[in-house]
Amino acid sequence: MSSATFGTANEDNAHLTRTESKAVRRRSLALLGSLIRPVRARFWLTIGAVVLSQAARVAGPALIAFGIDHALPALRAGNSLPLAFAGVAYLAAAAATAGLTALYVTSTARLSQAMLLDLRVRVFRHTQRLSLEFHEKYTSGRIIARQTSDLEALRELLDSGVSSLASGLLFMAFTAITVFALDWRTGVLVLAAGVPMYFLARWYQKHSQIAFRESRVVSARLIVHFVETMTGIRAVKAFRKERENAARYAELSEDYRRATVRSINLNGIFQPGLVLIGNVCVAVVLLTGGFRVLSGELAVGVLLALILSTKRFFQPVDQMAMFYNSFQSAQAALEKVSGLLEEIPTVRPPQTPVALPYARGSIDFNGVEFRYGDGPVIIPRLDLHIPAGQTVALVGQTGAGKSTLAKLIARFYDVSAGSVTLDGVDLRQLTTEDLRRNVVMVTQEAFLFSGSVADNIALGRPEASREEIEDAARAVGAHAFITELPDGYDTDVNKRGGRVSAGQRQLISFARAFLARPAVLILDEATSSLDIPSERMVQQGLAGLLRGTREAGTRDTNPAGTHGAGRTALIIAHRLSTVETADRVLVVHDGRVVEDGTPGQLIGDGGAFARLHGAWKDSLV
Amino acid sequence: MAKQTSFFTSISRLYPHVRPILPRLVMGLLSALLASLMALAIPQVLRVLVNESLKPGGSAEAVWTASLVILLLGIAEAGLVALRRQFVINPATTVETRMRVSLYGHLQDLTVSFHDRWGSGQLLSRAMTDLNFLRRWMAFGAIMLVVTTLTVVIGVAVMFSMSWQLALIFLAAAVPIMIYGFRFRTRFSKVARRSQDQAGDLATTVEESVHGIRVLKAFGRSQEALENFNEQAQELRQTEIAKAKHLATFSLVVTLLPELALGAGLVVGIMLASTDQLSIGSLVAFFATAAVVAAPVEFCGMLLAMALTAKSAVDRHFEVMDARNTITSPDKPRRPAELKGALSFHDASFAFEDAPDKPILKNISLDIRPGETMALVGITGSGKSALLQLVPRLYEVTGGAITIDGVDLREFSVEDLRTVVAVAFEDTTLFSSSVRDNVLLGAPDAGPADSRDAALEEALDVAQAHFAYSLPDGVDTLIGEEGLSLSGGQRQRIALARAIAAKPAVLVLDDPLSALDVNTEVLVEARLREVLADTTTLIVAHRPSTVALADRVALLEDGRITAVGTHTELLATNSHYRYVIASLDTEPRDLDSELSAFEDRSEEISR
Ligand SMILES: Nc1ncnc2c1ncn2[C@@H]1O[C@H](COP(=O)(O)OP(=O)(O)OP(=O)(O)O)[C@@H](O)[C@H]1O
Ligand SMILES: Nc1ncnc2c1ncn2[C@@H]1O[C@H](COP(=O)(O)OP(=O)(O)OP(=O)(O)O)[C@@H](O)[C@H]1O
Ligand SMILES: [Mg+2]
Ligand SMILES: [Mg+2]
Repeated sequence: MSSATFGTANEDNAHLTRTESKAVRRRSLALLGSLIRPVRARFWLTIGAVVLSQAARVAGPALIAFGIDHALPALRAGNSLPLAFAGVAYLAAAAATAGLTALYVTSTARLSQAMLLDLRVRVFRHTQRLSLEFHEKYTSGRIIARQTSDLEALRELLDSGVSSLASGLLFMAFTAITVFALDWRTGVLVLAAGVPMYFLARWYQKHSQIAFRESRVVSARLIVHFVETMTGIRAVKAFRKERENAARYAELSEDYRRATVRSINLNGIFQPGLVLIGNVCVAVVLLTGGFRVLSGELAVGVLLALILSTKRFFQPVDQMAMFYNSFQSAQAALEKVSGLLEEIPTVRPPQTPVALPYARGSIDFNGVEFRYGDGPVIIPRLDLHIPAGQTVALVGQTGAGKSTLAKLIARFYDVSAGSVTLDGVDLRQLTTEDLRRNVVMVTQEAFLFSGSVADNIALGRPEASREEIEDAARAVGAHAFITELPDGYDTDVNKRGGRVSAGQRQLISFARAFLARPAVLILDEATSSLDIPSERMVQQGLAGLLRGTREAGTRDTNPAGTHGAGRTALIIAHRLSTVETADRVLVVHDGRVVEDGTPGQLIGDGGAFARLHGAWKDSLV
Repeated sequence: MAKQTSFFTSISRLYPHVRPILPRLVMGLLSALLASLMALAIPQVLRVLVNESLKPGGSAEAVWTASLVILLLGIAEAGLVALRRQFVINPATTVETRMRVSLYGHLQDLTVSFHDRWGSGQLLSRAMTDLNFLRRWMAFGAIMLVVTTLTVVIGVAVMFSMSWQLALIFLAAAVPIMIYGFRFRTRFSKVARRSQDQAGDLATTVEESVHGIRVLKAFGRSQEALENFNEQAQELRQTEIAKAKHLATFSLVVTLLPELALGAGLVVGIMLASTDQLSIGSLVAFFATAAVVAAPVEFCGMLLAMALTAKSAVDRHFEVMDARNTITSPDKPRRPAELKGALSFHDASFAFEDAPDKPILKNISLDIRPGETMALVGITGSGKSALLQLVPRLYEVTGGAITIDGVDLREFSVEDLRTVVAVAFEDTTLFSSSVRDNVLLGAPDAGPADSRDAALEEALDVAQAHFAYSLPDGVDTLIGEEGLSLSGGQRQRIALARAIAAKPAVLVLDDPLSALDVNTEVLVEARLREVLADTTTLIVAHRPSTVALADRVALLEDGRITAVGTHTELLATNSHYRYVIASLDTEPRDLDSELSAFEDRSEEISR
């Protein structure tokens, strides 16, 4: 496997070398194959329906011929039986044709939808699995492009392709047999037309492949730009970026148009080219056959039949061209999708997991070193022990590495060296379920999904009852404002929680974590946008949660009740009011822990924290 | 949401777009017609040629001519097929692109409230899938629909000329087809529309699942998200299958009925022929023609479905295009003679569109003097951000007015207003480009590169965002989508720098220091104070430290400004202000003694 094209690495390049091109085509076909495999039965059923309906269709003209040749004379002779037979058989054939047509139309849809659903879900699952490192590089717009316009290309192929291919091939096979039966020499001529067609197809494949790849690349770019504009519309407007954006979008649209036109034009040569080859073949058959008629070798009637059959033989070529066109397009799309699916998450679930259903919550950093990707080292070397039940505050300058440290505990990223353990178990050996049950992080960005307030809180524990959700909201002081919303807990918060204020968003995110009740709770600036009274409410709620006093054990899912001792908490905050109540403060600077002690101690020592604390006190009035 | 309009009303809305390319579409249509005529003619010509000129012992010349004629006809057919594409493709894609660009432009113009309501997946599916489909329909579906209809009409006319009795029988099948066609139309349109909407929703879900990936990972909820997605995708699949079923039933009808009629025709025709009311030749010719007509009749199910889908794509397109932009520039924009930056709210009220009877802001009257810095304080959800966004007209007042130097905001041209006013939002919206591009987003374009560089440098310095220089590629480092490869405080400082670099007369800052540590905050404030000295500033504050930047403070309470004054004044006189901003004590206190204590302090300060 050539590494240059592995995964999404070389995605924006439409001009691949021969081997690269082969590699991506192979993986694209493999993906298509893996999509068809689970639905092969339906696939063959569809093909069967197509074939049978074609057969029933052929019966019609035969019955008409029978009617005119046999039933008519019989009727004249006073025998109406053949006529009745012809009539009834014709109706039966019509019914069969119609029924089978309807069958394959629905069957095609079922087939194509089953495959699309499969692929959609696969892509979705895979993007969810991929680590943040990947998502930071691969913008959301691209994933959306993969999920929408690339899948659309596949859909086109599936919707029209299968039946036209099957019926076309069948038709050609039948006609070819007829031609051979009539005269083998003509048959050979007809087959010989396959040679230029093959070369034309090769030519088309080579060029259209590039054109379709280009069109995928450009359409992804168009989508990325579109999505980014729409998500950042406020900033776009406030900073008058509309005109520049419009110019850029027009440019991208034009690129996309050109790529589309290029691929269509190629088809515009390919398809008439095939028609032309067919027509030339007819003329050649006429020519050679004509001379044989002149020499008396061939009957005129046979020649006529031969020519008409030859003509008919090339009729489905149109459809085949269309099929090949959508096949090429779908293949280019699947090249991209399969590339995405090929990406390997850097944060992987373990091969041999260690079970840890209910952690006590002690965390250890052993010789941890960390960098984002191949960027600069953010955390040089860290050894740290946080015993279970301790409330630890992380403070330090912005950009010091506090969130990074927190994200390592939540295993958003894997350490570059050393290990992070929970209750002595390396995080890399925990299953995702165990890890997420025990460790929950409220990120600095309070993201809400569109949907009701209750749904958003329930994300913390989906099986929670409404009562529990409300309790969680009450505990963080969000209940009051939620009940004032038009539909209370059922109010839709709109896209990204735009319906509620920034502080309210944080409260809801907080309630979410509250509901989850993990052994280790990480709060990254969870109260930065709150006013002071709300912050105080949150702190009270938090204290209750951490000490396990609030309804301890009653709703806890933990039968062992080890939570009674309280939860481990890691709190990142710039407002030191939260910090004062912590058991222990860690001052982080450039990824190192430079001070470590109880708040009292540190203030007494007069170090960085003491200065920070002093400055903060001063800032309060 | 879909109101049912008739097919032609919807499609006719395309006319202005299509008009310039109409001649070429017609040419394409003619080519298609000629090509199908050619295809029909070739067998007939062949028959004649073979029967007339080819006999054993005939001349070789005749063979050559016959072959040549056939060859030429064949070339002509292929040529016409190519020509049809040539005529149609370029213009159709041009129309598609033009519609796409105008949709995008319109979306950018539409108000923020519109975007609050619409998921970007829905918008995207309109811009991509729908318009792609429309193009294909224009270039292929519509033309084939006309060609097919014509073929059928001509075919039926020919059939009449051969035997009116049989033709009538054949035509009788058309009546139930028409009736069923109407039913098909209403039903299919509905499902087609539903499937398009569901596809849009699905795209929205994908978008959210990617943007919210941190939350999903933090709570380990990828499985639930997947189930939710799966459910939605299943629904879409059901709709698509329902769509196919409608189409299948219709195909069944259009295949079956004509064939049934022909079956009946066969029996009747043979009976007629047996009594010599009809010649055998006509009977044969009739069925030959019927065979030619039956194929396009069957095809029409598919073409009709395509047309109906195109119709709902048009409906969806215009649903967005018809949304009016309510925040527009006036015909004769005005601008204060001298821009000083006095910002005044005159009895301004504001209610969100979805709750027009519950105003968030009521009768706001507030004067901010040129160069003054005014802090806005209020509890969470009191409407501070809403008030701020009124200033650059991201939202529009629903009552009263806001003026800058006496000129109503609505009298400014929108673009001009947004040059005068710059904003730093509470959630930093950064774009996935370089730090430089992000900071200089709103900076004046004019001027040499150096001056832009200088502006960049200064803005970064004020916002204490010096870290930008130590990023891997310095200020040209790409910061990833929404700036998520930066720390929270770094993001916020970039957003602040962006507002400063725009060098506005009025600066609107929404809690711009919330993610900064105390030390950095102090540094930023020190530099910011210099900048703010001659810039009118409205700044939302949750902390006393931020309030310290301001000359005066306005307190927002229950949608009204209930007090305006300096921090110390308000602290001394206003209990709600104390409640919102004073953080030292948690116990309920004796307010009286405290008041005197505060008075003591303020005396101390003033001394
Ligand atoms: N996803 C990322 N990719 C690359 N670099 C990153 C990423 N996230 C953070 N960084 C860098 O790592 C350093 C530490 O960032 P981190 O988010 O841990 O800071 P922080 O202490 O949380 O700061 P703040 O208080 O501003 O949130 C910063 O220099 C930042 O630019
Ligand atoms: N699109 C909307 N439609 C209806 N109501 C809304 C909408 N957006 C916000 N609101 C409501 O308006 C109120 C004011 O919101 P706003 O964002 O202005 O609050 P804020 O004072 O900035 O709060 P915070 O300090 O938390 O940022 C909130 O109660 C919120 O629920
Ligand atoms: Mg951080
Ligand atoms: Mg706000």
